[in-house]
Order: sequence, then structure tokens, then C-alpha cells
Amino acid sequence: MLFVLAALSGMSSSAADTPSIPDTLPQRIAACTTCHGVHGEGTPGSGFFPRLAGKPAAYLARQMQDFQNGLRKYAPMEYTMRQLSPAYMREIADYFAAQQVPYARSPAPVVSEAVLQRGALLVTQGDASRGVPACMSCHGKELTGVEPSTPGLVGLPYDYLSSQLGSWRTHTRGTVAPDCMATIAKRLDPSDITAVASWLAHHDVPPDTHAQPAGSVTPSMRCGVLGATGEGA
Amino acid sequence: MTRRRSLLWWIVAVACALLIAWWWFGRADVVSDQAAVSDATLRDPALIAKGAYLTTIADCAGCHTAQGAKPFAGGSAVATPFGDIPAPNITPDVETGLGSWNFNAFWQALHTGTGRHGEWLYPAFSYTSYTKVTNDDALAIFAYLRSLPAVHRPAMPLALKFPYSVRRNLGAWRALYFREGVYQPDSKRSPQWNRGAYLVQGLGHCNECHAPRDALGGTPKDKHLTGGEIPEQNWYAPDLSTQQNGGLHGWAAQDIVDLLKTGQSAKGAAFGPMADVVATSTQHMTDDDLHAIANYLQSLPPRKMASAEPELFDADAIAQQGEKIYLQHCADCHGKDGTGVTGVYPPLKGNSSVTEPTGVNAIRTVLLGGFAPSTAAYPRPYSMPPYAQQLNDSDVSAVVSYIRRGWSNHATAVKPEDVSRYRQTPID
Repeated sequence: MLFVLAALSGMSSSAADTPSIPDTLPQRIAACTTCHGVHGEGTPGSGFFPRLAGKPAAYLARQMQDFQNGLRKYAPMEYTMRQLSPAYMREIADYFAAQQVPYARSPAPVVSEAVLQRGALLVTQGDASRGVPACMSCHGKELTGVEPSTPGLVGLPYDYLSSQLGSWRTHTRGTVAPDCMATIAKRLDPSDITAVASWLAHHDVPPDTHAQPAGSVTPSMRCGVLGATGEGA
Repeated sequence: MTRRRSLLWWIVAVACALLIAWWWFGRADVVSDQAAVSDATLRDPALIAKGAYLTTIADCAGCHTAQGAKPFAGGSAVATPFGDIPAPNITPDVETGLGSWNFNAFWQALHTGTGRHGEWLYPAFSYTSYTKVTNDDALAIFAYLRSLPAVHRPAMPLALKFPYSVRRNLGAWRALYFREGVYQPDSKRSPQWNRGAYLVQGLGHCNECHAPRDALGGTPKDKHLTGGEIPEQNWYAPDLSTQQNGGLHGWAAQDIVDLLKTGQSAKGAAFGPMADVVATSTQHMTDDDLHAIANYLQSLPPRKMASAEPELFDADAIAQQGEKIYLQHCADCHGKDGTGVTGVYPPLKGNSSVTEPTGVNAIRTVLLGGFAPSTAAYPRPYSMPPYAQQLNDSDVSAVVSYIRRGWSNHATAVKPEDVSRYRQTPID
């Protein structure tokens, strides 16, 4: 009986003019979840807003900081991050890193078999003649990322992947020096961007999508982000 | 005919006045010959600590810091309708900062808007307000700036269009808009009121945003603190009177204190450029200073009722369409009655940022969403989703028109064209 009364009173308060607002992090971060999904699953239908769920927390916190500092240029994100404290950004990063939700497939472009083969080569072996390491050499054997700071590349939309590689070349995405992804993106031929982004967008998500443990990979380049944890400047 | 002739005389008279002002104020000023301040004075820890607080109140870092760069090292620019004006490095670097400045030169810049070589400074540097700062406070700020680590960073080049690029033209501008002089306390008012007036008019330089700017970029004296569009940024800084027809009508002293200290209040939240000001400056003020500011703002006079502009389109039909969108997207947080949730989501009813004359704040907030600032008192703010992707120009104009005319609000409706314009506004 008491339970019924409580349920009724709950109903009547939600029907009143003054909304009752849950004191939860997802409620607080509606500005994030509108585009990235309540669990950071991304909005695959949009073809752009990337998945955040399960990405390493230090990577996510670093990206928020890079938007805040203008190293990553994307006006809506720069505006949204503008006055968040490092502690709050870290809390938000931890929330999305801890989310376990199924992957949805994003629309992938129709490209020739030759383009996909070039993509596969870059992902698995790189291109020694251009000084381009294989994606797998840093992002993990299954491309699911490496703790604490290397993101996974699976399940991302083609438009997002290709625009990120492009923005490293045009200085609209950067991070702490040495910025090894900027170096790699500049070594790619423009057609390589289409190839690698297409292959990744077509690639099936592996059964275990967890990032590899920290220290399980020795990167072939010295990267500023791998010496940083996403906290402090 | 006589009317036209008298107009002509009037124009000639003004032109003569400006010319005389240009000649009179245009003489190179000699740096005032005050007693030199010793290095020992500038190294006094108590003076430096006082200066750190005053520098925060004045929010010097707000302009003199490039995005993501070392504070106070400049390299940023203030965008104006006349072109970009660089904010220089004010760390003690000898080559690019204040390293070779003495206090007299600093005082001259702050108090008279004149550079080290006698040149007039562009009023993007708000000496129109800083002239009211006392010599003691200026000395403390200088001591603090001199105590910072030196950062080598040259300023950006001046990017003003002709004729604004000719500094001597500032003579006329100064004659019209600049009155040099330290704040003079009003003995009929309380010390608290005087402290508030000093902070608002001087160090806080509130009037630089919260007043309309005319075609020459000046703020006419009779319009001070009555609200205005911030040039180039496309935000509206509301009128600051708490009395009848004022932008903060009905705000209690505590509401003002809350907003400045936490970024939130029962009457509204800080967003856009004010979120920056709260985060970097006002949240760090002492409670005494915040109450002083509130006390002073509450003494600002009532305003005239804005004359209703005739609307050339069917505003009611637009607002009706807006009600549907409001109930679908907004009412869950802001309430059907527009009263919001205290301390969580701001009210829209009676909110000056909803009802301000232009509609730009409501339009851009619907498009951009975003967080209130993280502050020490409110570290984990709630946020609003951006609707730029979900709602088209017609939907945004409808819902904004609805909230501007709903409940007790009586502002004008906005059109889809207005929304389209502000979709393109850069963030900074």
C-alpha cells in the first residue's frame, strides 16, 4: 500500500509543472549525450558523431582538454568544453569509458576492391617507403585501442575517420608534442585517407572490444600523448 | 530652408569642436613625473598578493591570454567592427612584455590610455573604465604582473581598417567618450555602495559590454549599464538595473551574488561570454565585494518601458507552432510554466536573456546548448543540449518566439532569417 502511494505521489509530481530532475551524471551531461548517445554509443545514423563508449578514459579526457585549448578545432565542442574544470571533464571521461554497449554499423562508402586492399595494407603493415607505421602497431592487434591513451578505431563512421586524418594535415586537430598522428597523417597520400578510412568503416567489430592493457604495445614513434595521462596541461 | 541652414551650422560647429579637440588632446603627453617606484616595493609579497586579487577582479587574463596558451602572455586579439586589435603580452618579458616598463608608464596606460611613447591606445583596452582605478590598486596590479614568470610572445599585428588605423584620429573619439579621472566616492552613499560602484565602473569594467555602442564604438554616458550587443561576438549583455523595466528586474541582492559566485542563480545562469567572466574572475571575489556589487546594481534607476515595435508578420502563429516544440523539447527541464528548476535549470519566464531586445541570446542558446561554468561553488553544472542539428531555422524561430512571448514575457518574435544568421556566427 505504502509502495502504491509512493508511486502515485511520484507520478503526480512528474505531472506537475515543476519537473523533477534526477541528480545523475547522464542528466547533467545532456549537452554531450544529445549527439554522442546516452551511453556514448555515438549516432551511427548521422555518419559523424563518434562513439565514446569504452574508449580509454585518459584519451577522452585529453580530447576534451584539447578542444578547450583549441588544439582540436570544432566549434561546437570548443564551446561546450569551454568552462569545464579538469576534474569534471575527467568524471565525464570516466563515465563514457565505463559504458559497455553494442556497436552499431555506420554507413560505409562504396569503393573499389583496390582501395580496400590499399587500406588493409596501411592498417596491417603500414607503408615503410613513406615512413607510415601500421595502424595496428599502436592501436592494438584488434584495433580496439590500448590503455590508457590510445583510442580504438573500430566501429567509427567513415566521415569521422576521414575528417580526422584530414584535420591533422590542416592543423585543425592537434595534441601535445610530439604529435605523432599529425606526422603520420602528413606522410599519407590524400588517396590513402580514403583507403584507410573506408577499410576501417567496413571492418567488422571483433567479439572482444576492450582496449588492450597498458604496456602491451611498444609504439614505433615517440608520442606526446603516450607520455601524458590527460590530466594537467 | 532655415532648418537646413541651422543643421549646416550645427555640423560645422561640431566639426570645429572635434578639430580643436583633436589638436588639444593630440599633443604627445609627457609621462607624468611621479616619484619612481623602487624594486623593493614591487617585490613586497603583500602588495603582490593584493595585486593578484585585483588582477583577477579586472579579469586582465580574459583578454591577454590566447586560447590554451600561457595566461597574460597575450597573442590574442579583440575583434571589433573596425578590425582586430591585438591584446599584448603583459608578463615581464623584456622584449615582448612589460619587462622594460616602469610603474609610471603602466599608470599612464591604465589611467590616461596612453602608451609608453605618448601614443594613444585603442579603447579595446578598456581605459575608459580603468581610468577610475586608484593609483594604489594600479601599483599592486603592476607588482603582481611583474612577479609573473616572463613569457616570450610577440603580440599579433594590428589589423584595423583605414581610417581607424590612424591613431591620431583617436583624439576626436577621446573627446567624445573618454573622461580621465580616478573614481570619486559619493559621500552621501555607504562605503559598501561606493566599493560596488568602484568595482562595477572601474576594475570590473562591466560597462564595456553592458552598454550599447554607437557607430563610432563609444558608449554614451547616459546609456551606461543599460545593456547592449557585444560587437562581433553576437551576444547581448543585458541591462543591469534591478528596478522597473530593468534587465535584472526583480533580482534580489543574493541572486546577483549567486550568479557571480557560482554561475547560477534563481533568476538565470551565466553562459556565453559571461560564463567566461564568472569562471575566470567573479567566482574568485570575496563575499564582501560581491555584496558591494549587488548593492550598487540595486541602486541603478528604473528604466523607461521599451516602445513596442510593430511586428510585420504573424508573430502569434509562429509562437503557436513554438508551443508544440517547447512541450516536446524544453518543458521537461524548464517546466511548462517556464519557471525552471532552482539551482539546476534557469527559468525562462522573466529571464532577461530570453527577453533582451534582440533575441540573439535565446536563439544562440537553443542552437549551441552548453554548460553553465564549472565553479568552486558549483563544480558539476547541468547542461542544455544543442539543437542546431535537430531543429531547422523555422523551428528555432518558433520556439524562441514562444518563450519570448509566453507567460509574463512580452518580447518581440524572431524570424527564421535571424536564426540562419546566428547559425554562422563563429564561437569566439
